[in-house]
Amino acid sequence: MMKRGLRILAYALLIGIAIAILTPLVWTIVSSFRPVGDIFANELPRSFEDFTFENYRGLYEPIVREVGVEQRLFPPIPYGTYFLNSIFVSTAFTLLALFFGSLGGFGFGKYEFKGKKVLFLMLVGSMMIPFHVGLIPLYSLMARIGWINTFQALIIPGSANAFSIFLMRQYVSTVPDSLIDSARIDGCSEFGIYWRVALPLLKPAVGALTILLFLWRWNDFLWPSMVLLDEGHFTLPVGLRSLISTYQEEYGVLLAGTTLAVVPVISLFLWMQKEFVEGITLGAVKE
Amino acid sequence: MTRRLYSWWAPYVFVSPFFISYTVFMLYPLVSSMWTSLHYQRTLDSSIFVGLYNYQVLLGDPQFWQALFNTFIFTMGVLFVQLPMALCMALIVNSKFLKGRNFFRLCFFSPTLVAGVFVAIIFRQIYNPDNGLANVILGMDIPWIEHKFLIMPSIILTSVWQSSGFNMLYFLAGLQGIRGELYEAADVDGANWLQSFFNVTLPGLRPITIFVVVISIINSLQLFDVPFVLLDGEGPGGHGRTIVMYLYQKFETSELGLACATGWTLAVLIFLVTMVQLHLMKAFKEEEG
Repeated sequence: MMKRGLRILAYALLIGIAIAILTPLVWTIVSSFRPVGDIFANELPRSFEDFTFENYRGLYEPIVREVGVEQRLFPPIPYGTYFLNSIFVSTAFTLLALFFGSLGGFGFGKYEFKGKKVLFLMLVGSMMIPFHVGLIPLYSLMARIGWINTFQALIIPGSANAFSIFLMRQYVSTVPDSLIDSARIDGCSEFGIYWRVALPLLKPAVGALTILLFLWRWNDFLWPSMVLLDEGHFTLPVGLRSLISTYQEEYGVLLAGTTLAVVPVISLFLWMQKEFVEGITLGAVKE
Repeated sequence: MTRRLYSWWAPYVFVSPFFISYTVFMLYPLVSSMWTSLHYQRTLDSSIFVGLYNYQVLLGDPQFWQALFNTFIFTMGVLFVQLPMALCMALIVNSKFLKGRNFFRLCFFSPTLVAGVFVAIIFRQIYNPDNGLANVILGMDIPWIEHKFLIMPSIILTSVWQSSGFNMLYFLAGLQGIRGELYEAADVDGANWLQSFFNVTLPGLRPITIFVVVISIINSLQLFDVPFVLLDGEGPGGHGRTIVMYLYQKFETSELGLACATGWTLAVLIFLVTMVQLHLMKAFKEEEG
């Protein structure tokens, strides 16, 4: 029963906001296919011939530019290495965190044991402490055990995290107790019950958590930039950020790198958007 | 008492990875951070006990106050610009009379998926005073990230672009939680849409709003990635320095005691915000009866 004028206003707002939001993204993708001079000139592309892959080539080949009489060489970027590092770290972290999260959630959701209340309170309490408080000692700890400039430092700490367990515990209640009991009577081990009975039923929650965890590591910056020291170990955010001042005049390369870094995440999201939205809102609404 | 069919230690094994990890990677660093914040430490191995000296230095450092101030400005921007924007987006997208709501929801949400570092790389060029997209579209010469009064507003604007869609999801969840009968009742009572908005929608959104406000404050207090990459550091005159950036800089200069003291200051701020939230939630529940 919305009035006509109101509806037109709503559409106008929707489209206006959509344009404002999409412009920077579209600009990034389009610019990544244009010569850097054209990006800086800010003119609209006139024909398809104005488009080029040279920025993407700049991600693995050196670029030579004539600046007056001088030649400037931009060394090749190990972009492929950054990309594989990011994929490896995010995947390994996500798998581990899914395992610990569902196992812990199952433990808290389906068992009664001494000290459960206290332990759960500790778990919830730990979510309120900002990561930055322990940042320096965590770094020192990594230094002491020789994990500086390794992938373990990005994968292991935080893989058994309170958030995943908390989220999983919310879902575990949907696993029927009768199913667990009958598996037990059939002689299934407790771990077997988790692995073969509970885990398959937790699929939607696992979906939601997968994308949240993957995104978390894929986009992470402060901790990796502290721990990683050389280009061979850089993840995408750390690697691209290390180039921003040298590549100021070759900005197209940075935009190409950004486009490639964002595409996997957006595809993952489009693929699993329903689970994702559920995962985000679950903690807030289900109390 | 019935005998349990499973070994008593099974659940302990299941929850143990978290508690081991918690002890090693969280509890120990927390305690150690407290210890470090009470010591003067130049290297990883040598230190002397100095009591609250580091906190004194912190409170006497204009750069720290600048970081607090900038972070505060950013937080206010998030609360009074980004959240109203997110609520607006949720209200429009939630309206059942519009077509293509799903498309718009996806579109509004998409910037959230872009990491802070990449957002900053994009906006570094958009804000470029000479040939950036923002000035070209506006036809003006605004020194976005170069003028001291514009740095924080530019960062707030970036955050409105990036995170409104995320908070929109929370508001949407809140809107969907309001029972339809309430609107029907308002309709029967002859309320127009404005009245039902103020008497049904807004009160119904209160619990989720408290949650979103608190989460937003906590996240804002930890702002780092976007300004750090956007300004390639603290910005001209330090006008883009945030609390976490201050901490990071103290780490880089190996003033570890100061870095840890900054971390604890941040923790106290966040603790206070959480306490206020718990208090508000409790008051709200009592009011509901």
